[in-house]
Amino acid sequence: MEATVEVTGLRKRYGPTTALDGMTFTVRPGQVTGFVGPNGAGKSTTMRVILGLDTADEGTALIGGQPYRNLRNPLNHIGALLDAAALQPGRTARNHLLWLAHSQGLGARRVDDVIEQAGLGPVAGRRTAGFSLGMRQRLGIAAALLGDPPVIMLDEPFNGLDPEGIVWMRDFQRALAAQGRAVLLSSHLMSELQDTADHLVVVGRGRVIADTSVRELIGTASGDRVTLRTSARSEAMTALAYAGATVAATDRDTLTVSGLAAEHVVTLLGESGVPFSEVSAHRATLEEAYMELTRDAVEFRAAAAEEPAR
Amino acid sequence: MTLTTTSYRSGTPAVHAGFAQQLRAEWTKFRTVRGWVAGLAAAALVIVLIGLIGAHTERPTCEDPNQPCTGARGPGGEAVTDRFYFVHQPLTGDGSITVRITSLAPEGAKGGLPPWAKAGIVLKAGDRAGSAYAAVMATAGHGVRMQHNYTHDTAGAPGTVSAASPHWLRLTRTGDTVTGYRSADGARWTAVGTARLTGLPSQVQAGMFAASPPATESTSQKFGGLSNRGAPTRATGVFDHVALSGTESGDAAWHGEQMGGPADDFASDGTFRRADDTFTVTGSGDIAPAVGGPMTAGGQTIERSLAGTFVGLILVIVVGVTFITAEYRRGLIRTTLMASPRRGRAPAAKAVVLAAVTFAAGLPAAAAAVLLGEWLVRPGGFDFPVGSLTELRVVAGTAALLAVTAVLAMAVGTVLRRSAGAVTLVFAAIVLPYILATASILPAGPSQWLLRVTPAAGFAIQQNMPQYAQVDSDYTPAFGYFPLPPWGGFAVLCGWTAVALGAAVFMMRRRDA
Repeated sequence: MEATVEVTGLRKRYGPTTALDGMTFTVRPGQVTGFVGPNGAGKSTTMRVILGLDTADEGTALIGGQPYRNLRNPLNHIGALLDAAALQPGRTARNHLLWLAHSQGLGARRVDDVIEQAGLGPVAGRRTAGFSLGMRQRLGIAAALLGDPPVIMLDEPFNGLDPEGIVWMRDFQRALAAQGRAVLLSSHLMSELQDTADHLVVVGRGRVIADTSVRELIGTASGDRVTLRTSARSEAMTALAYAGATVAATDRDTLTVSGLAAEHVVTLLGESGVPFSEVSAHRATLEEAYMELTRDAVEFRAAAAEEPAR
Repeated sequence: MTLTTTSYRSGTPAVHAGFAQQLRAEWTKFRTVRGWVAGLAAAALVIVLIGLIGAHTERPTCEDPNQPCTGARGPGGEAVTDRFYFVHQPLTGDGSITVRITSLAPEGAKGGLPPWAKAGIVLKAGDRAGSAYAAVMATAGHGVRMQHNYTHDTAGAPGTVSAASPHWLRLTRTGDTVTGYRSADGARWTAVGTARLTGLPSQVQAGMFAASPPATESTSQKFGGLSNRGAPTRATGVFDHVALSGTESGDAAWHGEQMGGPADDFASDGTFRRADDTFTVTGSGDIAPAVGGPMTAGGQTIERSLAGTFVGLILVIVVGVTFITAEYRRGLIRTTLMASPRRGRAPAAKAVVLAAVTFAAGLPAAAAAVLLGEWLVRPGGFDFPVGSLTELRVVAGTAALLAVTAVLAMAVGTVLRRSAGAVTLVFAAIVLPYILATASILPAGPSQWLLRVTPAAGFAIQQNMPQYAQVDSDYTPAFGYFPLPPWGGFAVLCGWTAVALGAAVFMMRRRDA
């Protein structure tokens, strides 16, 4: 059985608002898949549907080919962290992991293993009431690892982490993927995923906007935009527009050209005798690519479903 | 970056996570939260402590330290009332006594007689209060009766007694067997009943008696509580044609005696006059099993030693509700459902664990409260002694009452998902009706209704007070009498709990977590 999450055509409405609108994607093993989109895009709802917590109106979410609710020992199939704050404050970290282990027929030894893995050793015997968000996130990771599952799914794992914690989380997820696990990380900030994810599922307004590798996405977003620095701005604009490009003045001596590759711009300006001091192909950051993709989603965010309050 | 195409193989062996695993998980959850464990311990403690305080304050003051300071005990060990005026003489061996009774009337002009005012003839094993007897009598409101050993009562001819329609009464002893007869004319006799008085001594006291139970007045007070006032009543029976056969003593040997102690709020001293062959006997009190009610309110009973149950129940409700609402409050319920996606399982496992731990906490608490209460009121034990089976039912039933209520609280918590609302609702459903009904805040009618239909009916499992048709009393919740039988009342509580649990499972299945 392939250790993947397959989400197909999920639709869900909360009253008048559409939370999921045909969400479809697959999480593959051996890589970190970033699940990214603005707040209210349907990321958490999708994750809850995958985990059998919410019921979709339409569509299916399968883990290794089965719906979550059919799994007999679910934590051996998928480990998830939805909300690091979901802890009984009076219970110690170790006891939290212990009841979870017992629910899966696992013993205390496995609990000690994941405490070690998540680096919780020094605080395992303390009640979670006093835990920082970073410690809670680590505890959530430990819980997700209890069943040693082939699929790991984390909702906003970087939230509230200090820089050191972010580095730890990033390396940890990469290591899990390197072991062959399928890792799905959600985030509303693309920058968090820039150095973590191999693959991206970009969502907005309840559906997938882009399902692509990080490299492709940057390439696509960069498009064929060219930044041109010239003292003869109007001549350049005329010449380029005549050749079919779209030209926008970004500064007194800077133009952004799209619809023409950089080489063509250079050739054209040379032929037309327009002076220029610099021609550079525009390199988009992942963040810019993401902003580009999700612009619509963000614009309509006010009207779109807010993720249901938890 | 390297893309691995082969899936990760889990290193942990897959164990089938079934209901047993979930039970263990819920038990681990319970025992690892200090508040829940402490809550149940406190519930157990409060039940014992309140029981002890109650037993201590109710401890009877005994003027004579050499005498047991509890009431009389009948041949079966039950608490009895044995106060009457007795005109008697010894009867040795087999024999019989015959009288004609021509009148049974209240003494003095104050109102009528209580329906169970009685006058007739009795064969009694001895002077000791609570000794065996058999009697046949006329009553003010229940016709002719044959009664023996306090708890047995057989109806004879109906109707009141008057000079125009007198009753001829006869008791015949043959060995251990006493038969009671009634006749309208002294010629044709009808047997009313037969009593076997095992171990009846050869010599018994035979004679005429009169008794009349006290009129009790219970006035509800403004803020709960009852003010009970007993007022003795006296009945006068007029006898003639007195004949005693089988004894050597003469007609002059009749001797009048007040039985069962000095006068008090409930019985006054009787008298006896003889004019030629007419005997006029006036007596107060009753020969009957003791029952609860205004007369005996305040006595130490097994039920009273468990008076702390409802306080413990409040703590149990809080523990039961928060066992689930704490998960909803923090979102932990999602983790629970992720670990065990089958929706009915979580409430079921929680119910089993809660019931088990609450029962385990309640059982020793109830047993300690009862045993310590019994020990404190020694040497006589409880005012209403109960058999060990009844005691077991009351103790185990109290633990079960706590356990089922914990499950009810958890189920309501699952449906409402809010601690405050669920605690309030369950409190209002079980503790409040119990207090309203038993603390005499409400009149008897609504009280009984509450204890029939609300989950508070489950408190009936603690009921142990005796109730007899031949004794009139306030058989109301205020005096420890529940309208439903013990297991019937408990079944009502279980029914409510089953409904709540069903609703909990239904809601869990239906709504998103």
